[in-house]
Parts: sequence; structure tokens; C-alpha cells
Amino acid sequence: MIKEWIAIVLLALGALFILLASVGLIRLPDIYTRMHATTKAPTLGIMLMLTGLCIYFPSFPTVIKSLLILIFIFLTIPVASHMIGRSAHMMNTKKWKSTSRDDLEKSRKKPQ
Amino acid sequence: MIEYAAHIIMVLLAISLLISFIRLLRGPSLPDRVISLDLISSISMGIIITYVFISKKIVYLDVVLIVALIIFLGTVTIAKYLKETSIKDD
Repeated sequence: MIKEWIAIVLLALGALFILLASVGLIRLPDIYTRMHATTKAPTLGIMLMLTGLCIYFPSFPTVIKSLLILIFIFLTIPVASHMIGRSAHMMNTKKWKSTSRDDLEKSRKKPQ
Repeated sequence: MIEYAAHIIMVLLAISLLISFIRLLRGPSLPDRVISLDLISSISMGIIITYVFISKKIVYLDVVLIVALIIFLGTVTIAKYLKETSIKDD
């Protein structure tokens, strides 16, 4: 009974973190700030959801599959987001108007 | 008890899918659309994990792993393509 309530609370927290990432995707002004919202918050949300699933179904294959998914997500989501950000900086994507400094401004291609 | 909670959590994830789809329709640049697709894949993983609680079958966790792998490969491929085409036109 207490196991079920712990699983419900963890699942609801994960869904709320994913909803917060989606709200950040639609509210922030720039691609370099949107990547902050869409990279870190869903990782934490999926981690909480898998923890709730391991508490509710405590068997050996569940824990092994959850650990595999968790390690894979921690390895791949930051790499993908970093490559998209580098490509966006090389494409001369328009920055937000209040951006204070850009250290890679000299290394980018001059716009025609 | 946990089936009703899982259905309510499915509603929250569906609202999140709708908001991400709005950004995919009206993104000003192409990387905006790519990161919204990445977030849609994360929401899909959450939906499949929530469906495990309803159907009581552990087999669907394999689907989550395959979805994560394929979305990573697609994102890296799109990033490489954008980099090559942005360098080439001098």
C-alpha cells in the first residue's frame, strides 16, 4: 500500500518535470536558452519515472532494464544537444537581443 | 488505484505533447524544430513508462530503449548534415 503511493508520487513528479520542460520550450526567447530547458528537465523526469517503476515492480529484469535505459539516456542526450547547438552557431542562427557576450563571434562565418 | 493515477498522468503528458507540437509548427529556425522533436521523443518515453503501470507488462521497457537509441542517431545525423551545408557555401 505504501509502495503504491510512493510510486504514484514519483510518477507524478516525473510528469510535472516533463511538463515544465515543455512550458520552457514555448516561453524562452532563443534556441540557446531553449536547449537548457529541453535537455536537463526530461532527463530528471524519466529518471524519477524509472525509479517509481523499480519500486512498484521489484524484480531483477526490471531493475536491469531501468539501469540500462538510465545510463543510455545520461550518455546520449547531452551529446545530441551539444551537436545541435554547435550546428546552430555555425548556421548563424539569430540570437536574443539581450545577449551580453559571445566568445566565438570571431570564429564564425561572416554573413553575406 | 494506480491505474486511475496513471490515466491522470497520461493527460498531463498529452498536454505537454500539444505544447511541444506548437513549437514544432512555428519555430523560426530549423534547429528549433529539431529540439522540439527531441523533446517529443522524451515525452513518448514517459508515455510508454506510464503505460507499463496500466498493462502490468515489463516487456514495453525494451521499446523505451530502442526509441532512445533511434532518436539519438537521428539527431546526430541532422546535426552533421547542417554543419556540412553551413560550411560549404562560401
